[in-house]
Amino acid sequence: MIRKLTLSAIAATALLMAGMAQAQEAATPAIPDVPFSFDGPFGTYDQHQLQRGLQVYTEVCSACHGLDLVAMRTLGDPGGPHLSQDQVKAYAAAFPVNDTASNPQFLDSSGNPRKLIPSDHFPSNNSMGAPDLSVMAKARAAFHGPYKLGINQLIHGIGGPQYIVALLTGFTDKTKNLAGSTVYQNHIFPGGWIRMPPPLAAGQVTFADGSPNDLKSEAEDVAAFLMWAAEPHMDARKHAGFDAVFLLVILTSLLYLTNKRIWADVKGKKKADA
Amino acid sequence: MSHAEEPRATRRDFLYYATAGVGAVAAGAAAWPLIDQMNPSADVAALASVDVDISNVQEGTQITVKWLGKPIFIRHRTAKEIKEARAVKISDLPDPKAENSNLPDGAQATDENRVLDKEGKWLVMIGICTHLGCVPLGNNAGEYDGWFCPCHGSQYDTAGRIRKGPAPRNLQIPVAKFTDPKTVKLG
Amino acid sequence: MAGIPHDHYEPKSGIEKWLHERLKIVSLVYDTLMIPTPKNLNWWWIWGIVLAFCLGLQIITGIILAMHYTPNTSMAFSSVEHIMRDVNGGYFIRYLHMNGATLFFLAVYIHIFRGLFYGSYKAPREVTWIVGMLIYLLMMATAFMGYVLPWGQMSYWGATVITGLFGAIPGIGPHIQTWLLGGPSVSNATLNRFFSLHYLLPFIIAGLVIVHIWAFHSTGNNNPTGVEVRRGSKEEAEKDTLPFWPYFVLKDLFALGIVVTIFFAIVGFMPNYFGSPDNYIMADSLKTPPSIEPEWYFLPFYAILRAFTQDVWVVQLAHWVTFGIVDAKFFGVLAMFGAIAVLALVPWLDTSTVRSGRFRPSFKWWFRLLVVDFLVLMWCGSQFPTALIGWISLIAATYWFAYFLVILPLLGVLERPLPTPATIEEDFNAHYGTGGAAHPAE
Repeated sequence: MIRKLTLSAIAATALLMAGMAQAQEAATPAIPDVPFSFDGPFGTYDQHQLQRGLQVYTEVCSACHGLDLVAMRTLGDPGGPHLSQDQVKAYAAAFPVNDTASNPQFLDSSGNPRKLIPSDHFPSNNSMGAPDLSVMAKARAAFHGPYKLGINQLIHGIGGPQYIVALLTGFTDKTKNLAGSTVYQNHIFPGGWIRMPPPLAAGQVTFADGSPNDLKSEAEDVAAFLMWAAEPHMDARKHAGFDAVFLLVILTSLLYLTNKRIWADVKGKKKADA
Repeated sequence: MSHAEEPRATRRDFLYYATAGVGAVAAGAAAWPLIDQMNPSADVAALASVDVDISNVQEGTQITVKWLGKPIFIRHRTAKEIKEARAVKISDLPDPKAENSNLPDGAQATDENRVLDKEGKWLVMIGICTHLGCVPLGNNAGEYDGWFCPCHGSQYDTAGRIRKGPAPRNLQIPVAKFTDPKTVKLG
Repeated sequence: MAGIPHDHYEPKSGIEKWLHERLKIVSLVYDTLMIPTPKNLNWWWIWGIVLAFCLGLQIITGIILAMHYTPNTSMAFSSVEHIMRDVNGGYFIRYLHMNGATLFFLAVYIHIFRGLFYGSYKAPREVTWIVGMLIYLLMMATAFMGYVLPWGQMSYWGATVITGLFGAIPGIGPHIQTWLLGGPSVSNATLNRFFSLHYLLPFIIAGLVIVHIWAFHSTGNNNPTGVEVRRGSKEEAEKDTLPFWPYFVLKDLFALGIVVTIFFAIVGFMPNYFGSPDNYIMADSLKTPPSIEPEWYFLPFYAILRAFTQDVWVVQLAHWVTFGIVDAKFFGVLAMFGAIAVLALVPWLDTSTVRSGRFRPSFKWWFRLLVVDFLVLMWCGSQFPTALIGWISLIAATYWFAYFLVILPLLGVLERPLPTPATIEEDFNAHYGTGGAAHPAE
C-alpha cells in the first residue's frame, strides 16, 4: 500500500516535470534514427561500408577536414576497413598533405610534403577552419530525451553517426551572408546556419563495388567510417564486454548458491512475508 | 572427498571448489590486461619495421637512421673499402664471428657475411659500439678506414669489424633486406 | 562502549607464536574478518563492499592510465586518444575508469541514504559518519580533478566554473581562485597540479576508509532495527550476530557479483552513456559549449547553487544584513556547501531517540520525500535554467535544508515511534525463525 502510494507520488512528479519541460523542447527538429550494422550490444562494423566511407572521406571530406588522431596503419586492422598491408601502403603514399602549415612533421628538409607511410597519422587540415573529424562521431549526440533524461540513448545509442547523416542530408538551398561569409541553411545544425557548403551530392562518389551512391547512402557510409575513426576498437570492446558478462554471470550464480548454502543452517525456514 | 563421505557433503564441497575456481579464473582474466598494457603499444609496434630509401646515398657516404631507438649506419662503400675489407684474414680478427642477425649464429666474419648485397656495396649496421654503447664516428675514421669510437678508442674496419681497442665484438648487423634496389627494410 | 565480546585469535603452532610476539598481523586480520556482525543486515548493507571494489578499481586502473597519460595542455587530449587507440586493452581500462566513477558515486549515494534511513549516524557512530563525509568530500574533489584531465571542452569549462565558486568568496576569493589555478585562467599549471592531486587523493581516501572501518568495528555495525547487539556475554552476543566470514563475505560477494555484471555490461556495450559528447572536443579557451553541465553525481548540488538567485528574498535579506558582502553568487556557493554541511551535521540535528526509520511512521514519509527531492534536484541541475526550473530548484533546495534543519529536530519531539523489537535475535526470528513475533510493517 505504502509502496504504491510512493510510486504514484513519483509518477505524478515525473508527469508534472514532463509537462513543464515540454515547452522548452521543440526548437531543433528530431534527428531520425538510422539503423547501422554496429548498433546494439552485438553489432559490428561492416567492413565494406567502412571502406566506402573511407573513400567518401578521402575524395570529399579530406579537402577541408583533418583526421589527425587516426593512424593510417589502423586502416589495416581487423574490426576496421581491414585493407591489406599493400593497400594501406599505397593509400598512405597517395594521400596528399593539403595544409603544410599544420603538418610540419610531414615536411622534408626543403619544406615540401613527403610521402606518407602507414605509421603516420592522417594529416591535420586547418586550411578552411573546419574541425578535425577524428572523434567527431563521439562528440555529437542525436538523442537526449525524453526531457533530457537520456532514456532514448538506452534504445538508440548516443547517436553521433545519426547526427552526421542528418546534418549531411539536412541542407536546404538557402544561403545568406553573415559577417562577410556565406552561410548555408541546415536545420540540424544548432542555430540553423552553417559555414560548410553542402559537401555531398547524389552520385558524387562512385563505389567500385557498385553500392548505391545516392546522398543518403553516401552520408551513411561516411558516418559509419567516422564512427570507426572515433571508436576503432568497438568490436573488440563489445566482445570483451560479452566475455566479462558471461564469466560474471557464472560466478555470480555460483556465489548465489554458495551464499544460500552457507546461510541455510542459520535461516531455517523462510517466512512468507520476508 | 572420494572417500566414504555423505553425498550431501561432497556436493557442498564441490560447490565451494567450483565457486573458488571460477573466482580464480575471473581474477586471472582481469589480471592479464593489467599486465599486457605495459607491452609495446600499437604505435610503437608499428615502428618495428621501417623502410629506408637509399637512392640518395652516394658511393663513399653513409646515412644514419633511427630504428627501434637505435642509430643504424647504412654505408655505400667504395671499391677501395670493399677491397680492404675482403683482404683481411679471419685469423687476424679479435671476433671471428659475423654477428649478423640475418645469418645463423656460427657464421664467420668474412666481408661477404657482413654486407647486404653480393658485391658488398651496402653495409648496414647498428651504430652502437660493442664496448659500452657509444656511437662510433664514421667516414673512414680510425686506423682501419672504418669507424672509431671516441669513448675508449675502439677501432673498426671498413666492414665494421673490431680490430683494435676494448670492444669485444664486431658491430651488430640488424635484420635487414632489400625490398627493391632502392629500399632497405629494417626489421 | 565496549566492543562485542567474541573469540580472539590464539596462535597455536610454534611459527604462529613466533610471529605473534613480533607482529600481531594475523590477529588483526582474524579479528577483522571474524567480527561479530548483526545477523539481520538486509540488502541495503551491501554497498560498502561495492565502494571498496570501486576504490580498488579506480586506483588500479588509474595507476595504469597514468603510465600512458601526459599532463600537458598540448598533449593531454591526444594522449587519452593514444590510450584509446594504441595501448593494449587501453580502451577498456579507460572506460572502466570513466564508468568506475559513476558506479562509485551511485554506490556512495545509496550508502549515504541507507545511513540516513536507518539512523546509522546516531550515537555512538558519529565518528564513522563524519569520516564517511570526509571521504565523500574527497571523492568529489578527486572526481572533479579527474574530469579535467582528458582536457575536453567540459573538462576546461567545468574547471573554470568550479574554481569560479571559490572566486565568489568576498575579499580573498579571487586570490584563492588564482592560487588554485596557478594563473589567471585554467592553464597548463592547473592541469599539472590537478593530475598530481588526482593521483594523491585516492590514497588519502584509502587511509580514511581504513579509519571508517575501524570506527564502525569499534562500535559494531548498525542494523535495520537500530537495536544494539547484546553485549552481556559472548553467548548472548552470538544470538544476535554471526561472524563476518563466511556469512557476510559471501553475501556481499554475491551482491557485488550482480552489480559488477551490470557494470561490465555498461562498460562493454554503452561506455559513453554517462559521459558528455562535448568532452570529445578538445578544450578551447575561446569557445564555451552551449550548455555546461557537470557529471550527473554533482547535479543536485549544482541545482542548489543555481537556485538562489538575486530575486529570492532570503538572498536579498542576506545581502542587506551583511551590508552587501553576501551577494547572490556567494549565497549560491554557501548554499551548495551548506547542503553538504547539513548532511555532515545530521548526527546532532536528529533528536529522535529511536534509531531506525523502520519504527518512525512519519519520518518514513519525510525521508522518502527527501529521496525524491534529491532526484528532482538532480534533474533540475541537468536542465537549461529557465524561470520554471529555477522555481522547482528553489522549492527542492528549500526542502533539502528544511529536512535537516527543521523536520529532523522537530520530528524527534513530535513523533510517536512504534515499539522496537527487544533484540536483533527477535527481529531475525520474525523473518526466518519457526516462531516469534509478527514482523512490523515495512
